[in-house]
Amino acid sequence: MKITLDSISHHYGPTEVLKDISFSLSDGEIVCIVGPSGCGKSTLLRFIGGLERPDRGQVLLSGRPPADSLNPLTYIFQDFALLPWRTVEGNVSLVLEDHGIRGEKARAIIDDVLARTKLSDFRKALPRQLSGGMKQRVAIARALSVRPAVMLMDEPLSALDSQTRELLMDDLVDLWTRERFSACYVTHNLAEAVRLGHRIIVLSRRPGRIREIVEIDMPLAERVDRLAELDTMQRRIWELMREEARAADMEISDVA
Amino acid sequence: MSHEAVQDRAVTPESSDTAATQVPFRGGGFRHKPLGLVSPLVFIAILLLWELGSRTGFISDIALPAPSQALAALVDLVKTGMLWKHLEASLFRLIVGWTLGSLLGVAVGLTIGLFSLARAGLLPLVSALFPIPKIALLPLFIIWFGIGEGSKVATILFGTFFPTVIATYGGVDNVDRNLIRMGQSFGLSWLSIVRKIIMPGAMPAILSGFRISSSIAIVLLVAAEMIGAEYGIGAYVLMAGALFATDQLIAGVAILSALGLIIGWLIGRAERYFLSWRT
Repeated sequence: MKITLDSISHHYGPTEVLKDISFSLSDGEIVCIVGPSGCGKSTLLRFIGGLERPDRGQVLLSGRPPADSLNPLTYIFQDFALLPWRTVEGNVSLVLEDHGIRGEKARAIIDDVLARTKLSDFRKALPRQLSGGMKQRVAIARALSVRPAVMLMDEPLSALDSQTRELLMDDLVDLWTRERFSACYVTHNLAEAVRLGHRIIVLSRRPGRIREIVEIDMPLAERVDRLAELDTMQRRIWELMREEARAADMEISDVA
Repeated sequence: MSHEAVQDRAVTPESSDTAATQVPFRGGGFRHKPLGLVSPLVFIAILLLWELGSRTGFISDIALPAPSQALAALVDLVKTGMLWKHLEASLFRLIVGWTLGSLLGVAVGLTIGLFSLARAGLLPLVSALFPIPKIALLPLFIIWFGIGEGSKVATILFGTFFPTVIATYGGVDNVDRNLIRMGQSFGLSWLSIVRKIIMPGAMPAILSGFRISSSIAIVLLVAAEMIGAEYGIGAYVLMAGALFATDQLIAGVAILSALGLIIGWLIGRAERYFLSWRT
Protein backbone atom coordinates (compact mmCIF):
# COMPACT_ATOMS: atom_id res chain seq x y z
CA MET A 1 0.00 0.00 0.00
CA LYS A 2 1.30 3.41 -0.93
CA ILE A 3 0.42 6.76 0.58
CA THR A 4 0.76 9.91 -1.49
CA LEU A 5 0.43 13.42 -0.11
CA ASP A 6 -0.61 15.83 -2.81
CA SER A 7 0.17 19.52 -2.13
CA ILE A 8 -1.23 19.72 1.39
CA SER A 9 -1.78 23.20 2.85
CA HIS A 10 -3.48 24.12 6.07
CA HIS A 11 -4.44 27.07 8.25
CA TYR A 12 -5.43 27.26 11.88
CA GLY A 13 -7.43 30.48 11.91
CA PRO A 14 -5.21 33.16 10.42
CA THR A 15 -2.02 31.15 10.99
CA GLU A 16 -0.71 29.20 8.06
CA VAL A 17 0.81 25.98 9.40
CA LEU A 18 1.59 23.87 6.35
CA LYS A 19 2.24 24.90 2.78
CA ASP A 20 2.30 22.73 -0.29
CA ILE A 21 3.59 19.48 1.13
CA SER A 22 3.91 16.59 -1.32
CA PHE A 23 5.69 13.30 -0.80
CA SER A 24 4.93 9.63 -0.85
CA LEU A 25 5.49 6.66 1.38
CA SER A 26 5.91 3.22 -0.10
CA ASP A 27 5.72 -0.29 1.29
CA GLY A 28 8.25 -1.22 3.91
CA GLU A 29 9.73 2.24 4.08
CA ILE A 30 10.22 4.42 7.15
CA VAL A 31 9.94 8.12 6.42
CA CYS A 32 10.96 10.45 9.20
CA ILE A 33 9.57 13.96 9.34
CA VAL A 34 11.72 16.41 11.25
CA GLY A 35 11.39 20.13 11.71
CA PRO A 36 11.51 22.89 14.30
CA SER A 37 8.76 23.01 16.89
CA GLY A 38 5.43 24.31 15.66
CA CYS A 39 6.14 23.52 12.01
CA GLY A 40 3.06 21.32 11.71
CA LYS A 41 4.70 17.88 11.81
CA SER A 42 2.07 16.36 14.07
CA THR A 43 -0.72 18.05 12.11
CA LEU A 44 0.64 16.45 8.97
CA LEU A 45 0.54 13.05 10.63
CA ARG A 46 -3.06 13.60 11.67
CA PHE A 47 -3.93 14.29 8.03
CA ILE A 48 -2.28 11.08 6.91
CA GLY A 49 -4.33 8.99 9.33
CA GLY A 50 -7.56 10.87 8.66
CA LEU A 51 -7.93 12.38 12.11
CA GLU A 52 -8.05 15.87 10.61
CA ARG A 53 -8.74 17.25 7.16
CA PRO A 54 -6.37 19.62 5.37
CA ASP A 55 -7.71 22.88 3.93
CA ARG A 56 -6.19 22.14 0.55
CA GLY A 57 -4.60 19.12 -1.04
CA GLN A 58 -5.33 15.49 -0.36
CA VAL A 59 -3.90 12.30 1.06
CA LEU A 60 -4.26 9.41 -1.36
CA LEU A 61 -4.05 5.69 -0.73
CA SER A 62 -3.17 3.44 -3.62
CA GLY A 63 -3.08 -0.32 -3.63
CA ARG A 64 -5.00 -2.54 -1.26
CA PRO A 65 -3.94 -2.96 2.34
CA PRO A 66 -3.15 -6.57 3.26
CA ALA A 67 -6.39 -8.51 3.61
CA ASP A 68 -5.78 -9.40 7.26
CA SER A 69 -5.13 -5.81 8.31
CA LEU A 70 -7.81 -4.64 10.75
CA ASN A 71 -6.72 -1.01 10.90
CA PRO A 72 -4.36 -0.19 8.01
CA LEU A 73 -3.34 3.24 9.33
CA THR A 74 -2.43 2.87 12.98
CA TYR A 75 -1.05 5.51 15.31
CA ILE A 76 1.46 5.40 18.09
CA PHE A 77 1.18 8.48 20.27
CA GLN A 78 3.72 10.44 22.22
CA ASP A 79 1.68 10.19 25.42
CA PHE A 80 0.97 6.46 24.84
CA ALA A 81 -2.81 7.00 25.08
CA LEU A 82 -3.41 3.90 27.21
CA LEU A 83 -6.68 3.59 29.11
CA PRO A 84 -5.58 3.82 32.76
CA TRP A 85 -8.48 1.65 33.93
CA ARG A 86 -7.57 -1.28 31.70
CA THR A 87 -4.74 -3.73 32.22
CA VAL A 88 -2.07 -4.31 29.59
CA GLU A 89 -4.10 -7.06 27.94
CA GLY A 90 -7.28 -5.03 28.33
CA ASN A 91 -5.71 -2.17 26.44
CA VAL A 92 -4.80 -4.48 23.58
CA SER A 93 -8.17 -6.20 23.58
CA LEU A 94 -9.90 -2.78 23.42
CA VAL A 95 -8.96 -2.39 19.77
CA LEU A 96 -9.88 -6.01 18.93
CA GLU A 97 -13.33 -6.01 20.54
CA ASP A 98 -14.78 -3.70 17.91
CA HIS A 99 -13.73 -6.09 15.19
CA GLY A 100 -15.64 -8.87 16.90
CA ILE A 101 -12.47 -10.61 18.02
CA ARG A 102 -13.05 -12.02 21.49
CA GLY A 103 -12.34 -15.03 23.60
CA GLU A 104 -9.81 -17.56 22.38
CA LYS A 105 -9.03 -15.75 19.14
CA ALA A 106 -8.32 -12.50 20.95
CA ARG A 107 -6.19 -14.33 23.49
CA ALA A 108 -4.02 -15.79 20.77
CA ILE A 109 -3.43 -12.36 19.19
CA ILE A 110 -2.75 -10.75 22.57
CA ASP A 111 -0.31 -13.52 23.54
CA ASP A 112 1.48 -13.07 20.25
CA VAL A 113 1.86 -9.27 20.34
CA LEU A 114 2.81 -9.22 24.01
CA ALA A 115 5.51 -11.80 23.32
CA ARG A 116 6.80 -9.73 20.41
CA THR A 117 7.09 -6.65 22.62
CA LYS A 118 8.52 -8.59 25.59
CA LEU A 119 5.48 -7.88 27.75
CA SER A 120 4.24 -11.40 28.42
CA ASP A 121 4.91 -11.13 32.15
CA PHE A 122 2.91 -7.92 32.49
CA ARG A 123 -0.48 -8.93 31.11
CA LYS A 124 -2.37 -8.03 34.27
CA ALA A 125 -0.47 -4.85 35.12
CA LEU A 126 -2.20 -1.47 35.07
CA PRO A 127 -0.57 1.38 33.12
CA ARG A 128 0.24 3.32 36.29
CA GLN A 129 2.44 0.43 37.44
CA LEU A 130 4.57 0.57 34.29
CA SER A 131 7.54 2.74 33.37
CA GLY A 132 7.33 5.05 30.37
CA GLY A 133 9.21 2.64 28.16
CA MET A 134 6.90 -0.22 29.10
CA LYS A 135 3.86 1.93 28.44
CA GLN A 136 5.09 2.71 24.97
CA ARG A 137 5.73 -1.00 24.43
CA VAL A 138 2.10 -1.65 25.33
CA ALA A 139 1.06 0.97 22.79
CA ILE A 140 3.26 -0.73 20.18
CA ALA A 141 1.74 -4.10 21.06
CA ARG A 142 -1.71 -2.60 20.69
CA ALA A 143 -0.76 -1.20 17.29
CA LEU A 144 0.69 -4.54 16.16
CA SER A 145 -2.46 -6.40 17.19
CA VAL A 146 -4.50 -4.75 14.43
CA ARG A 147 -1.82 -5.67 11.84
CA PRO A 148 -1.29 -2.18 10.43
CA ALA A 149 -0.10 -1.56 6.91
CA VAL A 150 1.39 1.77 7.96
CA MET A 151 2.39 2.91 11.42
CA LEU A 152 1.94 6.59 12.08
CA MET A 153 4.28 7.44 14.91
CA ASP A 154 3.93 10.82 16.57
CA GLU A 155 7.11 11.46 18.56
CA PRO A 156 6.83 7.99 20.08
CA LEU A 157 10.05 8.23 22.08
CA SER A 158 9.95 11.88 23.09
CA ALA A 159 8.37 11.29 26.49
CA LEU A 160 11.05 8.77 27.48
CA ASP A 161 14.45 9.21 29.08
CA SER A 162 17.45 8.81 26.81
CA GLN A 163 18.42 5.30 27.92
CA THR A 164 14.91 3.94 27.48
CA ARG A 165 14.80 5.70 24.13
CA GLU A 166 17.96 3.88 23.06
CA LEU A 167 16.45 0.52 24.09
CA LEU A 168 13.19 1.15 22.32
CA MET A 169 14.97 2.28 19.18
CA ASP A 170 16.78 -1.06 19.08
CA ASP A 171 13.42 -2.78 19.56
CA LEU A 172 11.90 -0.85 16.69
CA VAL A 173 14.80 -1.73 14.41
CA ASP A 174 14.42 -5.42 15.36
CA LEU A 175 10.71 -5.24 14.75
CA TRP A 176 11.17 -3.60 11.37
CA THR A 177 13.78 -6.16 10.35
CA ARG A 178 11.27 -8.92 11.07
CA GLU A 179 8.05 -7.37 9.82
CA ARG A 180 9.07 -4.72 7.28
CA PHE A 181 6.22 -2.44 8.22
CA SER A 182 6.08 0.99 6.66
CA ALA A 183 5.97 3.99 8.93
CA CYS A 184 5.75 7.70 9.01
CA TYR A 185 7.78 8.79 11.98
CA VAL A 186 7.46 12.35 13.28
CA THR A 187 10.18 13.51 15.62
CA HIS A 188 12.21 16.54 16.62
CA ASN A 189 15.10 14.30 17.59
CA LEU A 190 17.56 14.06 14.70
CA ALA A 191 19.40 11.11 16.23
CA GLU A 192 16.19 9.07 16.08
CA ALA A 193 15.56 10.23 12.54
CA VAL A 194 18.95 9.09 11.22
CA ARG A 195 18.72 5.79 13.10
CA LEU A 196 15.26 4.83 11.87
CA GLY A 197 14.55 6.69 8.64
CA HIS A 198 15.09 5.48 5.12
CA ARG A 199 14.20 8.97 4.08
CA ILE A 200 14.17 12.10 6.19
CA ILE A 201 11.90 14.93 5.25
CA VAL A 202 13.12 18.21 6.69
CA LEU A 203 10.40 20.79 7.17
CA SER A 204 10.95 24.52 7.52
CA ARG A 205 9.48 26.50 10.36
CA ARG A 206 5.89 27.68 10.20
CA PRO A 207 4.40 27.63 7.64
CA GLY A 208 5.95 24.19 7.21
CA ARG A 209 7.36 23.51 3.77
CA ILE A 210 9.66 20.74 2.63
CA ARG A 211 13.19 22.09 2.93
CA GLU A 212 14.92 18.99 1.80
CA ILE A 213 14.50 15.24 1.53
CA VAL A 214 17.53 13.29 2.72
CA GLU A 215 17.91 9.66 1.69
CA ILE A 216 19.92 7.41 3.96
CA ASP A 217 21.06 4.39 2.05
CA MET A 218 22.23 2.23 4.91
CA PRO A 219 20.42 -0.86 6.21
CA LEU A 220 18.69 -0.13 9.52
CA ALA A 221 20.27 -3.10 11.26
CA GLU A 222 23.79 -1.87 10.48
CA ARG A 223 23.29 1.62 11.76
CA VAL A 224 24.11 0.94 15.41
CA ASP A 225 27.65 0.06 14.38
CA ARG A 226 28.10 2.94 11.97
CA LEU A 227 27.20 5.78 14.29
CA ALA A 228 30.08 7.95 13.06
CA GLU A 229 28.65 8.10 9.55
CA LEU A 230 25.21 8.79 10.94
CA ASP A 231 26.65 11.56 13.04
CA THR A 232 27.94 13.36 9.98
CA MET A 233 24.55 13.01 8.39
CA GLN A 234 22.83 14.24 11.52
CA ARG A 235 25.09 17.28 11.65
CA ARG A 236 24.31 18.07 8.03
CA ILE A 237 20.58 18.01 8.75
CA TRP A 238 21.11 20.12 11.82
CA GLU A 239 22.97 22.71 9.73
CA LEU A 240 19.91 22.87 7.50
CA MET A 241 17.65 23.41 10.46
CA ARG A 242 19.66 25.48 12.88
CA GLU A 243 18.57 28.96 11.83
CA GLU A 244 14.97 27.88 11.41
CA ALA A 245 14.94 26.31 14.85
CA ARG A 246 16.37 29.45 16.39
CA ALA A 247 13.73 31.60 14.70
CA ALA A 248 10.96 29.17 15.67
CA ASP A 249 12.11 29.32 19.26
CA MET A 250 11.60 33.09 19.30
CA GLU A 251 8.07 32.92 17.96
CA ILE A 252 4.99 33.56 20.03
CA SER A 253 2.56 30.80 19.34
CA ASP A 254 -1.12 30.32 19.92
CA VAL A 255 -1.40 27.20 17.84
CA ALA A 256 -1.36 23.81 19.47
CA MET B 1 25.06 44.62 64.98
CA SER B 2 28.48 43.84 66.32
CA HIS B 3 26.90 42.89 69.61
CA GLU B 4 24.84 40.17 67.92
CA ALA B 5 27.81 38.86 66.07
CA VAL B 6 29.73 38.49 69.27
CA GLN B 7 26.81 36.65 70.90
CA ASP B 8 26.49 34.26 67.97
CA ARG B 9 30.06 33.26 68.28
CA ALA B 10 29.64 32.79 71.97
CA VAL B 11 26.69 30.41 71.53
CA THR B 12 28.38 28.23 68.93
CA PRO B 13 31.95 27.99 70.01
CA GLU B 14 32.73 25.17 67.56
CA SER B 15 32.02 27.19 64.44
CA SER B 16 35.64 27.65 63.65
CA ASP B 17 36.72 27.19 60.05
CA THR B 18 37.75 23.57 60.42
CA ALA B 19 34.97 21.90 62.46
CA ALA B 20 32.29 20.25 60.33
CA THR B 21 28.71 20.82 61.40
CA GLN B 22 25.68 19.02 60.20
CA VAL B 23 23.47 20.76 57.65
CA PRO B 24 20.45 22.04 59.59
CA PHE B 25 17.21 20.31 58.63
CA ARG B 26 14.81 22.73 56.97
CA GLY B 27 12.33 20.44 55.24
CA GLY B 28 9.23 18.94 56.72
CA GLY B 29 6.01 20.66 57.63
CA PHE B 30 3.05 21.25 55.32
CA ARG B 31 2.58 17.52 55.14
CA HIS B 32 -0.34 15.70 56.74
CA LYS B 33 0.22 12.74 58.99
CA PRO B 34 -2.60 10.24 59.47
CA LEU B 35 -3.76 10.56 63.08
CA GLY B 36 -6.64 8.11 63.25
CA LEU B 37 -7.30 8.39 66.97
CA VAL B 38 -7.73 12.15 67.07
CA SER B 39 -11.21 12.40 65.59
CA PRO B 40 -12.96 9.99 67.99
CA LEU B 41 -11.12 11.64 70.89
CA VAL B 42 -12.32 15.10 69.87
CA PHE B 43 -15.84 13.74 69.45
CA ILE B 44 -15.84 12.11 72.89
CA ALA B 45 -14.29 15.17 74.51
CA ILE B 46 -17.01 17.43 73.12
CA LEU B 47 -19.74 15.05 74.30
CA LEU B 48 -18.16 14.84 77.77
CA LEU B 49 -17.83 18.62 78.07
CA TRP B 50 -21.40 19.03 76.89
CA GLU B 51 -22.68 16.45 79.39
CA LEU B 52 -20.64 18.07 82.16
CA GLY B 53 -21.99 21.52 81.23
CA SER B 54 -25.55 20.24 81.35
CA ARG B 55 -25.10 18.41 84.66
CA THR B 56 -23.54 21.41 86.38
CA GLY B 57 -26.24 23.69 85.03
CA PHE B 58 -23.79 25.78 82.99
CA ILE B 59 -25.82 24.84 79.91
CA SER B 60 -29.49 25.42 80.57
CA ASP B 61 -31.86 22.54 79.92
CA ILE B 62 -34.05 24.77 77.79
CA ALA B 63 -31.19 25.84 75.56
CA LEU B 64 -29.74 22.39 74.92
CA PRO B 65 -30.58 18.99 76.37
CA ALA B 66 -27.77 16.85 77.75
CA PRO B 67 -26.39 14.16 75.45
CA SER B 68 -27.66 11.58 77.91
CA GLN B 69 -31.19 12.94 77.48
CA ALA B 70 -30.89 12.76 73.70
CA LEU B 71 -29.59 9.21 74.08
CA ALA B 72 -32.56 8.37 76.27
CA ALA B 73 -34.87 9.68 73.55
CA LEU B 74 -33.03 7.50 71.05
CA VAL B 75 -33.33 4.44 73.29
CA ASP B 76 -37.02 5.21 73.65
CA LEU B 77 -37.32 5.26 69.86
CA VAL B 78 -35.69 1.86 69.63
CA LYS B 79 -37.77 0.37 72.46
CA THR B 80 -41.10 1.47 71.02
CA GLY B 81 -40.02 0.19 67.61
CA MET B 82 -40.74 3.58 66.09
CA LEU B 83 -37.13 3.97 64.92
CA TRP B 84 -37.58 1.29 62.26
CA LYS B 85 -40.87 2.75 61.11
CA HIS B 86 -39.31 6.19 60.73
CA LEU B 87 -36.17 4.83 59.12
CA GLU B 88 -38.12 2.64 56.72
CA ALA B 89 -40.22 5.56 55.49
CA SER B 90 -37.21 7.86 55.16
CA LEU B 91 -34.94 5.32 53.49
CA PHE B 92 -37.63 4.49 50.94
CA ARG B 93 -37.95 8.16 49.97
CA LEU B 94 -34.20 8.69 49.99
CA ILE B 95 -33.37 5.63 47.92
CA VAL B 96 -36.12 6.05 45.35
CA GLY B 97 -35.63 9.82 45.03
CA TRP B 98 -31.86 9.70 44.92
CA THR B 99 -31.67 6.73 42.54
CA LEU B 100 -34.13 8.22 40.06
CA GLY B 101 -32.53 11.66 40.35
CA SER B 102 -29.06 10.24 39.82
CA LEU B 103 -30.04 8.01 36.90
CA LEU B 104 -31.82 10.87 35.14
CA GLY B 105 -28.99 13.22 36.04
CA VAL B 106 -26.31 10.95 34.61
CA ALA B 107 -28.39 10.41 31.45
CA VAL B 108 -29.01 14.12 30.91
CA GLY B 109 -25.42 14.97 31.86
CA LEU B 110 -24.11 12.50 29.29
CA THR B 111 -26.43 13.92 26.65
CA ILE B 112 -25.19 17.43 27.38
CA GLY B 113 -21.61 16.21 27.38
CA LEU B 114 -21.91 14.36 24.07
CA PHE B 115 -24.27 16.37 21.85
CA SER B 116 -23.77 20.00 20.94
CA LEU B 117 -27.49 20.49 20.41
CA ALA B 118 -28.34 19.22 23.88
CA ARG B 119 -25.60 21.36 25.36
CA ALA B 120 -26.89 24.49 23.65
CA GLY B 121 -30.49 23.74 24.57
CA LEU B 122 -30.31 22.23 28.04
CA LEU B 123 -27.31 23.79 29.73
CA PRO B 124 -28.88 27.25 30.21
CA LEU B 125 -31.99 25.53 31.53
CA VAL B 126 -29.96 23.54 34.05
CA SER B 127 -28.10 26.67 35.13
CA ALA B 128 -31.41 28.48 35.59
CA LEU B 129 -33.13 25.71 37.55
CA PHE B 130 -30.23 24.47 39.69
CA PRO B 131 -30.14 27.41 42.14
CA ILE B 132 -33.90 27.36 42.85
CA PRO B 133 -34.39 26.11 46.42
CA LYS B 134 -36.51 23.02 45.92
CA ILE B 135 -38.24 23.73 49.24
CA ALA B 136 -39.81 26.78 47.60
CA LEU B 137 -41.43 24.50 45.05
CA LEU B 138 -43.06 22.21 47.62
CA PRO B 139 -46.58 23.57 47.04
CA LEU B 140 -46.20 22.97 43.32
CA PHE B 141 -44.91 19.43 43.93
CA ILE B 142 -47.96 18.76 46.11
CA ILE B 143 -50.26 19.94 43.32
CA TRP B 144 -48.40 17.92 40.68
CA PHE B 145 -47.62 14.72 42.55
CA GLY B 146 -50.20 14.63 45.33
CA ILE B 147 -49.79 14.75 49.09
CA GLY B 148 -48.54 11.15 49.28
CA GLU B 149 -45.12 9.71 48.56
CA GLY B 150 -44.99 11.24 45.09
CA SER B 151 -44.28 14.81 46.15
CA LYS B 152 -41.72 13.71 48.75
CA VAL B 153 -39.80 11.58 46.28
CA ALA B 154 -40.05 14.34 43.68
CA THR B 155 -38.46 16.88 46.03
CA ILE B 156 -35.45 14.64 46.57
CA LEU B 157 -35.36 13.68 42.90
CA PHE B 158 -35.22 17.28 41.72
CA GLY B 159 -32.69 18.19 44.36
CA THR B 160 -30.27 15.43 43.35
CA PHE B 161 -30.88 15.68 39.61
CA PHE B 162 -29.15 19.00 38.94
CA PRO B 163 -25.87 18.49 40.78
CA THR B 164 -25.58 15.08 39.10
CA VAL B 165 -26.11 16.64 35.66
CA ILE B 166 -23.42 19.20 36.30
CA ALA B 167 -20.94 16.68 37.71
CA THR B 168 -21.54 14.28 34.81
CA TYR B 169 -21.14 16.68 31.93
CA GLY B 170 -18.13 18.23 33.64
CA GLY B 171 -16.66 14.73 33.90
CA VAL B 172 -17.32 14.05 30.21
CA ASP B 173 -15.67 17.35 29.28
CA ASN B 174 -12.63 16.39 31.30
CA VAL B 175 -11.99 13.04 29.64
CA ASP B 176 -8.55 13.13 28.05
CA ARG B 177 -9.10 14.15 24.39
CA ASN B 178 -6.05 12.11 23.39
CA LEU B 179 -7.77 8.94 24.56
CA ILE B 180 -10.81 9.76 22.45
CA ARG B 181 -8.57 10.49 19.47
CA MET B 182 -6.83 7.16 20.07
CA GLY B 183 -10.21 5.40 20.00
CA GLN B 184 -11.12 7.12 16.76
CA SER B 185 -7.75 6.30 15.21
CA PHE B 186 -8.33 2.61 15.86
CA GLY B 187 -11.71 2.85 14.20
CA LEU B 188 -13.73 2.22 17.37
CA SER B 189 -17.46 2.80 16.96
CA TRP B 190 -19.10 5.84 18.56
CA LEU B 191 -20.86 3.64 21.08
CA SER B 192 -17.64 1.86 22.01
CA ILE B 193 -15.87 5.15 22.58
CA VAL B 194 -18.69 6.35 24.83
CA ARG B 195 -18.91 3.09 26.73
CA LYS B 196 -15.26 2.18 27.04
CA ILE B 197 -13.49 5.53 27.10
CA ILE B 198 -15.84 8.37 28.02
CA MET B 199 -17.92 6.66 30.71
CA PRO B 200 -15.00 5.26 32.74
CA GLY B 201 -13.12 8.51 32.23
CA ALA B 202 -16.02 10.52 33.63
CA MET B 203 -16.53 8.09 36.53
CA PRO B 204 -14.39 9.96 39.10
CA ALA B 205 -16.40 13.14 38.54
CA ILE B 206 -19.70 11.27 38.62
CA LEU B 207 -18.85 9.58 41.91
CA SER B 208 -17.81 12.83 43.54
CA GLY B 209 -21.08 14.25 42.25
CA PHE B 210 -22.84 11.39 44.08
CA ARG B 211 -21.14 12.45 47.29
CA ILE B 212 -22.65 15.91 46.99
CA SER B 213 -26.06 14.79 45.76
CA SER B 214 -26.45 12.26 48.58
CA SER B 215 -25.87 14.96 51.17
CA ILE B 216 -28.36 17.20 49.40
CA ALA B 217 -30.83 14.30 49.45
CA ILE B 218 -30.58 14.06 53.25
CA VAL B 219 -31.03 17.83 53.61
CA LEU B 220 -34.10 17.69 51.40
CA LEU B 221 -35.49 14.67 53.23
CA VAL B 222 -36.47 16.90 56.14
CA ALA B 223 -38.02 19.39 53.74
CA ALA B 224 -39.90 16.65 51.90
CA GLU B 225 -41.29 15.26 55.13
CA MET B 226 -42.78 18.65 55.94
CA ILE B 227 -45.50 17.60 53.51
CA GLY B 228 -47.93 15.81 55.77
CA ALA B 229 -45.69 12.87 56.56
CA GLU B 230 -46.69 10.65 59.45
CA TYR B 231 -43.44 8.72 59.65
CA GLY B 232 -39.87 9.48 58.71
CA ILE B 233 -36.80 10.86 60.47
CA GLY B 234 -37.52 14.28 59.04
CA ALA B 235 -41.11 14.15 60.25
CA TYR B 236 -39.88 13.04 63.67
CA VAL B 237 -37.43 15.96 63.86
CA LEU B 238 -40.07 18.44 62.74
CA MET B 239 -42.59 17.10 65.23
CA ALA B 240 -40.04 17.30 68.02
CA GLY B 241 -39.21 20.84 66.98
CA ALA B 242 -42.86 21.86 66.99
CA LEU B 243 -43.25 20.48 70.52
CA PHE B 244 -39.89 21.90 71.64
CA ALA B 245 -38.89 18.38 72.66
CA THR B 246 -35.25 19.24 72.16
CA ASP B 247 -33.97 15.85 73.33
CA GLN B 248 -35.92 14.14 70.55
CA LEU B 249 -34.80 16.80 68.12
CA ILE B 250 -31.13 16.12 68.89
CA ALA B 251 -31.74 12.36 68.66
CA GLY B 252 -33.33 12.77 65.22
CA VAL B 253 -30.55 15.02 64.00
CA ALA B 254 -27.98 12.48 65.21
CA ILE B 255 -29.74 9.78 63.16
CA LEU B 256 -29.59 12.00 60.06
CA SER B 257 -25.92 12.64 60.65
CA ALA B 258 -25.25 8.92 61.06
CA LEU B 259 -27.16 8.30 57.84
CA GLY B 260 -24.94 10.80 56.06
CA LEU B 261 -21.81 9.14 57.42
CA ILE B 262 -22.97 5.70 56.32
CA ILE B 263 -23.81 6.90 52.81
CA GLY B 264 -20.45 8.69 52.60
CA TRP B 265 -18.72 5.48 53.62
CA LEU B 266 -20.63 3.47 51.02
CA ILE B 267 -19.64 5.94 48.30
CA GLY B 268 -16.05 5.71 49.50
CA ARG B 269 -16.26 1.94 49.02
CA ALA B 270 -17.73 2.42 45.55
CA GLU B 271 -14.90 4.80 44.69
CA ARG B 272 -12.33 2.29 45.83
CA TYR B 273 -13.98 -0.39 43.73
CA PHE B 274 -14.55 1.61 40.55
CA LEU B 275 -11.47 3.81 40.70
CA SER B 276 -8.92 1.27 41.87
CA TRP B 277 -6.96 2.07 38.71
CA ARG B 278 -6.07 5.49 40.05
CA THR B 279 -2.97 6.05 42.11
